[in-house]
Amino acid sequence: MNRAKADCIPLLPVEELARRRRRHESSVGDIWTLLDDVMDPEIPVISLYELGVLQDISRDGDTVKLVLTPTYIGCPALGIMEEDARAALTAGGYAQVTVETRLAPAWTTAWLTPEARRKMAEYGVASPEAGGTTCPQCGSANTEVISEFGSTACKSLFRCVACYEPFDVFKAL
Amino acid sequence: MKLDDPLTRYVVRLGDDALIMGHRLSEWMSRAPFLEEDIALSNVALDFVGRARLFYQYAAELMGGEVTEDSFAYQRDVRDFTNLLLCELPRGDFAFTLCRQFLYDAFSLPFTQALCQSADPQLAAIAAKAEKESQYHLRRSRDWMLRLGDGTAESHERCQNALEQLWIYTDEIFECDELVDDLVAAGVAVDTRSLRSVWLETVTETLHAATLVVPEAQGAVTGGRDGIHTDDLGFLLAEMQFMQRAYPGLKW
Ligand SMILES: [Zn+2]
Repeated sequence: MNRAKADCIPLLPVEELARRRRRHESSVGDIWTLLDDVMDPEIPVISLYELGVLQDISRDGDTVKLVLTPTYIGCPALGIMEEDARAALTAGGYAQVTVETRLAPAWTTAWLTPEARRKMAEYGVASPEAGGTTCPQCGSANTEVISEFGSTACKSLFRCVACYEPFDVFKAL
Repeated sequence: MKLDDPLTRYVVRLGDDALIMGHRLSEWMSRAPFLEEDIALSNVALDFVGRARLFYQYAAELMGGEVTEDSFAYQRDVRDFTNLLLCELPRGDFAFTLCRQFLYDAFSLPFTQALCQSADPQLAAIAAKAEKESQYHLRRSRDWMLRLGDGTAESHERCQNALEQLWIYTDEIFECDELVDDLVAAGVAVDTRSLRSVWLETVTETLHAATLVVPEAQGAVTGGRDGIHTDDLGFLLAEMQFMQRAYPGLKW
């Protein structure tokens, strides 16, 4: 089933719906808000929450517990994301932090919101679309793949045939 | 390090396959034929090392105590490693590396798909991550088979030679010993024998499309699962483990 078709009303995957519900019904809404300032180190215009990496937050006494999920297995950025989240919490007055890495449900690009996709495109990284990849510079749909494995584990390298600019594409996963 | 628990031994096997494969791929960094390919090989290496880390972390959790993921990577001798021999063979030329990768990826995709059904939730979760990456890996290594096999006379010949050398190491992929059989019965492990036909189908289809010939069976070399390795693994470990052996517990 293809949930991400551009020409139909976007449906939220159930895992993503559950994640949003965890945030909305959370008793630690201020911590979620605090962490909205922690950006993906490789695409620093979308937050860990928007990326889908930040899965849950809970609090037990003085200890804040974060649940993160990796995008790619070998993604070296997960360690940096964890450090950045810890630093933001420490600065916000939460010194005791534990981080759990949860693998299931497995992260997917289907969780990226239209808003996150728009921010990524403005930053120069195209996001995977069912209807084909469009150039983030000029909007042309006339693009070709240079390499399926780009500058980081999560990106492919494309080239725009219309404006000749090479650009990164977030791999569909 | 003595491993007794069957599940731990199985998890470490899967970690060993991924780590040794990842290390062999990482040897190409700065040596690949062109920049995009250099980056691609490094990325696939990263996927495999990442996979190894998840398996080793899980094994460490099962063992408890002082054991960490690094204990498996850096503190075991060659006879303790239980990876497939296919993974440890020296990288050879570019054709050899890509042929090895293709033969392995053609197995790895159906394997990770099957492991998603494991009764062990953590193995199933790791497999669900690895399966998505395996699709990319296979697509890429298949493309290279077509490009090299159906390329120049030299790339074709190098590819065919590589396949002939690699073929005797492919039987081991589908061998199951008592450890696997018991875990298959428990719904935890994958019966790799059942994946042989789908693997051969993928390999045959691709090699034909690439104008290459499926090698004739010339016997089989096995032993990796029992810790019996080629000389080459010792050299690989000597390099990979040097820092931790020279400066135990070193951190950076
Ligand atoms: Zn363009």
